[in-house]
Amino acid sequence: MSKPVIKVENLSKQYRLGGYGSGTLTDDLKRWWANMRGKDDPFLIIGESNDRSIASESQYVWSLRDINFEVEPGEVVGLIGKNGAGKSTLLKVLSKVTGPTLGTAYLKGRVGSMLEVGTGFHPELTGRENIFLNGTILGMRKKEVAKKMDDIVEFAGVARYLETPVKRYSSGMTVRLAFAVAAHLEPEILLVDEVLAVGDAEFQKKCLGKMGEVSKEGRTILFVSHNLGSMRRLCSRGILLQNGEMAYVGNIDTALEKYLNSGGGADEGEGNNKVVFELKDQAAQLLEISIDNTEGEGKSTYYYSEKIYLTIKYLVRQDTRNIGIRISLARNGEILFLSQDTDTHEDHLGKKPAGEYTVRVALPEFLKSGLYTISVFLMEVGKPKEEKIDILKFVLDDSDTDTSTKSFASDKPGILRPNLVWEYLEFPVHV
Amino acid sequence: MREMREMRIGFSHSSHSSHSSRSSHSSHSSPKVKDQYWDTILSPKRPFFQLKLGEVWNSRDLLWLFTKRDIAQLYKQTILGPLWFFIQPLLTTIVFAIVFGGIADMSTDGLPPMLFYLAGQIFWVYFAEVLNKTSTTFRDNQSIFGKVYFARLIAPLSIVLNSFIKFGIQFTLFLLIYFYYILIKGLPVEVHWQIVLLPILVVLTGLMALGLGLIITSMTTKYRDLTFLVTFGVQLLMFLTPSVIYPLSEVAEEYRFLAGMNPLTAVIETFKYSFLGEATFSWFYFGSSVVISLILFLTGVLVFNKTEKNFMDVI
Repeated sequence: MSKPVIKVENLSKQYRLGGYGSGTLTDDLKRWWANMRGKDDPFLIIGESNDRSIASESQYVWSLRDINFEVEPGEVVGLIGKNGAGKSTLLKVLSKVTGPTLGTAYLKGRVGSMLEVGTGFHPELTGRENIFLNGTILGMRKKEVAKKMDDIVEFAGVARYLETPVKRYSSGMTVRLAFAVAAHLEPEILLVDEVLAVGDAEFQKKCLGKMGEVSKEGRTILFVSHNLGSMRRLCSRGILLQNGEMAYVGNIDTALEKYLNSGGGADEGEGNNKVVFELKDQAAQLLEISIDNTEGEGKSTYYYSEKIYLTIKYLVRQDTRNIGIRISLARNGEILFLSQDTDTHEDHLGKKPAGEYTVRVALPEFLKSGLYTISVFLMEVGKPKEEKIDILKFVLDDSDTDTSTKSFASDKPGILRPNLVWEYLEFPVHV
Repeated sequence: MREMREMRIGFSHSSHSSHSSRSSHSSHSSPKVKDQYWDTILSPKRPFFQLKLGEVWNSRDLLWLFTKRDIAQLYKQTILGPLWFFIQPLLTTIVFAIVFGGIADMSTDGLPPMLFYLAGQIFWVYFAEVLNKTSTTFRDNQSIFGKVYFARLIAPLSIVLNSFIKFGIQFTLFLLIYFYYILIKGLPVEVHWQIVLLPILVVLTGLMALGLGLIITSMTTKYRDLTFLVTFGVQLLMFLTPSVIYPLSEVAEEYRFLAGMNPLTAVIETFKYSFLGEATFSWFYFGSSVVISLILFLTGVLVFNKTEKNFMDVI
């Protein structure tokens, strides 16, 4: 085991909520007074864990609480968690943008951070000037930037615009240029926040590839992304943060699994493979939505070899007409298709007597690995009566299949895995 | 109270094989760890006295690029461009000459009003600009400071450098008028050897303005009350600084000592004395100006470095 390059001990960060007014001064004076008497900061004990959805009296929250982990050289570590879990705060503390409230972090080697794309870009300056400016802001020497200029320009693919002010660039071009600079920074430790969300798919791929290369060169990456697919591919380990506290450190698959099981961003529902709804006083309502495989196992991760079923139960209290179910399936946040029960049976739109209905549909087999979310709608006369957006979440994993030679390998472009049948109508045979 | 101690963050790109040479200073805040191994230690505690000038030196390229950026930005979309650097002090000087020299008939130590006021103006403008702009460093740079770490002092230092370049241009204007008076008007001028102090005078002005600016920006991240004072305070300060509008010799005897202790007054008086021959020069005033400027500068840098750690949380 080699020595770690990042070591974090009991790292905590407290924030004060709300605006600053005269009340702040009172707190500051109390703090100062405690300090003068050699006592501890009185506000360090009252902080609460940072659950953004719960309103509370306390104005002090722990954005990070007792974070402990070590990272070894060459590791790619993914930070996982819902919005507000403390991922960005952790990166900010490690990149020295803000200081910790308690605890210590030790870092070895040069630290480069990319918390935002294009920090310090100046719209009036040309592409070339901005490469110099941005590069030096990120910690390079000028002559280093000059040496890498050609690589950067080539990576960004903006050679034609090099002498044009950045204000004339499209936003995509700005992002490409900015990432290109950061990618050539060559720090020993690279801290990357969710910055790849911008830029087109092809460029994202290129960036992820570059990050993979970087880690192969023995440099360490700490990485935040909501693209769980790329996380799974890039990272060797994951750190799961929940409300500022560490929920899990270890294998990336386990971390992602735990994340998805914890609700993974879905705001409603206890599990992510089954949701049961409370009874409400309305003519028709959804009762239960679940997914499972052929064996009836409800899971959060499925493999290519499995067939995935979606089952929806709903209740109709009085005889009615024109009630139906519609679903939409999204892959990595992008809607792939809509489907509804009446696509198959048009007569289902007819009269529906009161009672409980259960409908089951198999998800298509052309899905490509990724994070999937299912939305379910109870339709009435063509309009959604109940909407459950992104109510279920699951990961489709390709690790049970060797896709390395296939066109639908997860690192290749494309969002579907259709099993197309190729038929040669002519095939010359040499004798 | 929340600070972090650091030893070195790699802004120089020296080979990373020489870690052993990057030793830490003091280890009282983290005695248990092998300090030789880590390059950066982030913790709430840190020694009080930390200037971090080495870090600034390592990012000197950035200082230059920032300065260049700001200058380039200034020229953009103006017709007269750098000529404005001439017009601004020239107009002020003429107005001063008319109002204070003409209407109010105030003393100029027997010097031609144009030279007297211009000499005061170029230093005052330099001082005021550095003070005004550095006093909002944190607010002006919060978006970039919030996203990336680099030696924070680079931002205010680039302002000083920028203003210094403008000062250079305006000093050229002063020299033009100066030689016009000597060569064409035949003004008898007694030049003193203290003229060699000029570089020191310029540096002193920069240091005291920067120091004050850093103190102010650090004090206004959380409570902005002081910013109200700064905006009009700087204007008032001009009237309270002898040598800009009126010579030190005109100040009533009982206040002259106090007025002479104004570090900027000593600078301008020394300048006028050495170039124009007429002003109050004293080693005592000059010396105290040096001491005060250094104290302001050091205090400013210390307070700034302390604030920089967590200002993002409160601004």
